Amino acid sequence: MFDLTGKGALVTGASGGIGAAIAKALHGNGATVALSGRKVAALEALAAELGGERVHVVPGELSDSAQVEALAETAEAALGAVDILVNNAGLTRDMLFMRLSDEMWEEVISVNLNGTFRLTRAITKGMMRRRYGRVVTITSVVGTMGNAGQANYAASKAALVGMSKSLAQEIATRNVTVNCVAPGFIQTAMTDVLNDKIKEATLAKIPANRFGKAEDVAAAVAFLASGEAGYITGQTLHVNGGMAMI
Amino acid sequence: MSDIAERVKKIVVEHLGVEEEKVVETASFIDDLGADSLDQVELVMAFEEEFGVEIPDSAAEKILTVKDAIDFIKENVA
Ligand SMILES: NC(=O)c1ccc[n+]([C@@H]2O[C@H](COP(=O)([O-])OP(=O)(O)OC[C@H]3O[C@@H](n4cnc5c(N)ncnc54)[C@H](OP(=O)(O)O)[C@@H]3O)[C@@H](O)[C@H]2O)c1
Repeated sequence: MFDLTGKGALVTGASGGIGAAIAKALHGNGATVALSGRKVAALEALAAELGGERVHVVPGELSDSAQVEALAETAEAALGAVDILVNNAGLTRDMLFMRLSDEMWEEVISVNLNGTFRLTRAITKGMMRRRYGRVVTITSVVGTMGNAGQANYAASKAALVGMSKSLAQEIATRNVTVNCVAPGFIQTAMTDVLNDKIKEATLAKIPANRFGKAEDVAAAVAFLASGEAGYITGQTLHVNGGMAMI
Repeated sequence: MSDIAERVKKIVVEHLGVEEEKVVETASFIDDLGADSLDQVELVMAFEEEFGVEIPDSAAEKILTVKDAIDFIKENVA
């Protein structure tokens, strides 16, 4: 089950906590992986850890449209075909709404939403032509629930859900599925910066009584990226320990 | 020049999975060859790739028949 032998997977944000776990899971299931991100050293380190032939490093800055185009081409060339695209890269610039600057708004939208849009557009062309593809985009529980201090981030994640559902409808007949995985609170660099008070308050709202691990998210992605999940499209799989049941 | 017509027809046959006889110049992709809007987008992408041309959306909208495609490519391929 969920064997990915012979499949090529492009994972963005593979230099981060969740992205690295996703790349490991897909690689572990037999896929050849292309690791993207900005920190080349971190990508190289992960590539070395995975070892062997089935791994490539394809850096790129997602807010730069020319780099996104180039990334799509490099990944296609390295993998032969991108059968699986995992849009995992994302960033936060938290601030209360009243003090949210244009720059903070635009930075988050340009990476999380615009970068993901452009990369997905470039990669799904080949998927359509080949009549096979799995697109999995990492959103967030806050895209559905909202979160004080994260209007920009929540907007970007909610927008990705709308984008994914629309694209899913357009290309379902081509055997390309488009889904989202929405993590709750996962222990990574992104959440390490939060203070203990916020962490405690969040933990109190999680029925599983623990924060998530990157591997919890990776398992959901591995499922949606598999051939077996071919009849699931336009959906969001929430991975949050019961924090929100939607 | 007829080479262009042949290559266009070959792409249409391959992409839409229709019989070669049906792909006459007057054939409309949607009405005669059973294409949907997504097929049309794919055909335009395939033409762009095969002939190394860029077909802007405004032009793509007007490519409704096999002849439209052949004419556009003849005019725009150097
Ligand atoms: N941690 C959580 O609790 C949580 C919850 C819900 C959703 N998520 C989502 O999960 C995904 C992964 O997050 P994480 O927790 O693993 O965070 P992380 O460790 O901070 O990783 C973020 C990744 O995104 C990449 N990235 C950021 N800006 C980029 C840009 N401009 N161009 C290209 N790549 C860029 C980073 O690459 P470089 O470091 O190489 O620049 C890094 O690999 C994100 O989409 C995040 O929104 C996380």
